[in-house]
Amino acid sequence: MILELEHIEKDYGTPAVPVPVLHDVNLQLEQGEYLAIMGPSGSGKSTLMNILGYLDVPTRGVYRFDGEDNTHASDSKMAMVRNRKIGFVFQSFHLLAQRRAWENVALPLMYAGVPRKERKARAIAALERMGLAERVNFFPTQLSGGQCQRVAIARAIVTNPLMLLADEPTGALDSKSGQQIMDIFEELHEQGMTIVMITHEQAIADRAERILYIYDGYLKGGDLS
Amino acid sequence: MWENIREAFDGIRSHKLRSALTMLGIIIGIASIITISSTIMGTNEQIKENLIGAGNNTVEIVLYQGDYPFDASYQSLPEYVPVLDRSIKKEINAIPEIAASSLFTKRDAYGIIWNGTTGMNQGTVYGVDETFLSVYGYVIRAGRGFVDKDFSGFRKVCLIDRIASESLFLGESPIGKTIEIAGEPYTVVGEFTQSSAFQPTITSIDDYYTYSDHSGGKVLIPIETWSVLFKFDIPASLVARATGTDAMTQAGKAAADLLNGLYTVENPEVKYKSQDLLEQAKQLQELSNATSRQLIWVAGISLLVGGIGVMNIMLVSVTERTPEIGLKKALGAKRRKISMQFLTEAGVLTCIGGMLGVLAGIGLAYVVSRVSGVPIFISWYIVVLTVAFSFVVGLFFGAVPAVQAARLNPIDALRRE
Repeated sequence: MILELEHIEKDYGTPAVPVPVLHDVNLQLEQGEYLAIMGPSGSGKSTLMNILGYLDVPTRGVYRFDGEDNTHASDSKMAMVRNRKIGFVFQSFHLLAQRRAWENVALPLMYAGVPRKERKARAIAALERMGLAERVNFFPTQLSGGQCQRVAIARAIVTNPLMLLADEPTGALDSKSGQQIMDIFEELHEQGMTIVMITHEQAIADRAERILYIYDGYLKGGDLS
Repeated sequence: MWENIREAFDGIRSHKLRSALTMLGIIIGIASIITISSTIMGTNEQIKENLIGAGNNTVEIVLYQGDYPFDASYQSLPEYVPVLDRSIKKEINAIPEIAASSLFTKRDAYGIIWNGTTGMNQGTVYGVDETFLSVYGYVIRAGRGFVDKDFSGFRKVCLIDRIASESLFLGESPIGKTIEIAGEPYTVVGEFTQSSAFQPTITSIDDYYTYSDHSGGKVLIPIETWSVLFKFDIPASLVARATGTDAMTQAGKAAADLLNGLYTVENPEVKYKSQDLLEQAKQLQELSNATSRQLIWVAGISLLVGGIGVMNIMLVSVTERTPEIGLKKALGAKRRKISMQFLTEAGVLTCIGGMLGVLAGIGLAYVVSRVSGVPIFISWYIVVLTVAFSFVVGLFFGAVPAVQAARLNPIDALRRE
């Protein structure tokens, strides 16, 4: 088991007037699984994704990832887990406009302390895997939306993470580019990557091997047992 | 670190106008500091050079009454003051810091020197020994100097300088003419002038008043003859030439101590003191330094304003780059990394501002020097110090934005787009 959520609850608002967003969320995920989480906006799916990616801390409950309970770890410990073990893909790509494609991809390697020369080589290799060998020196403004997302995926996998977290990866793309991204996810899944994808499109969710639904902060069927 | 510096340059390059405006405050602050300090230091160097150069490293040791030179024009010599004669010079010359010395007496020449009906309105009459001219760096430009027989024979001969010559002879040659000093006739045997090696540099009218001898003309007579003319009512002074500029203060003190040691009975009211030109130069420099310190404070305020400008822009930059900061955090950048990035950017920004300020300051100093004739002296120590200081200003005022950036919550930061 790579990931386990136990009775995760998240409140926003003030401690005096809490606004609950997640209610008793339980989830178990095996290594190599490809999971889609579906839900309408405001259902708490983004909050769940943030907790899974160590971008946010649950109010109650335990989150075990890769055999470790880092639920209340320090800021720098969480930064390290994000850097080494998790790859993020965002709806709006989040590429740095003033950096070339390979420099964007090499960014997480810099935080991992990889030497400069090795960074470039690994970034180019990741871009080649995404079919962007010809575009390594392009700036994001010179690339199409689909190409930008492929650069972002290259950036997510360049550190060889244990899990890929994708938040509406096709939300900003046309359907053809979106299908391309889904093909890449499928390929990565076949190569053994654990993927958690958040989406509100049924057609996209259907590409995953397991689908969970979240409504008003309640996740249904997360428990494997 | 290199990554941070590169990113800082990227940030500056992508917002050229904004960065330039941010730096402007720093540039103005540093430029004014450089301009002020180089002109003040230039003036100081000039003061020192002129005073000391003009004086040929000479220190006068003069009898003082309290804080002022003893004025013999309305009182006779006080009790116990030792009467100096040539024998003292041997002891004075034995002081290691002293190269040569001369014994002389002087008094105001007003109303006692005449050429027929033409009188000297201003000036000084000196009783001098044979080394007086050489110690002061005077040279004979016409006629002859004093010879041994002038001294031993109590001869009524005199040397006059250019100013005295002009006022008594109105441009005619004075050599061989007779003038009246305190009712006695004296033959002018020579005219002397300051050796050109010790002329002060005069570049403005202020310099002229500071360094030119506007005490009027000088008339020299042999010191032996003086003792006949004025009895011993006027105390003798001593002038010593130090072995070097830095030895002047020491030479003057040692000579004054020696003369004061001659008192048989202490007279704390009337003492020999050295009139040290180096000391005077220091006092003048002190004055200009005090002025510069105040100006530096004013410049410091503009640097402070510049620093606040840097902070303001950095805060804007943090807000603007919130998604970027969020992304970097998501990719594993730690707080330290983020804060270092913004600190580096502020530091690089102010460092460049400081360097540009130094260039602008040097340029401005040259312009000031051209316009007002004030010499400039650019101290590399000051240059390095100001650039370092502007860097510190950047770090100081960049600290708040840097900490703010580091504290950003990655989800808030990512959401904002």
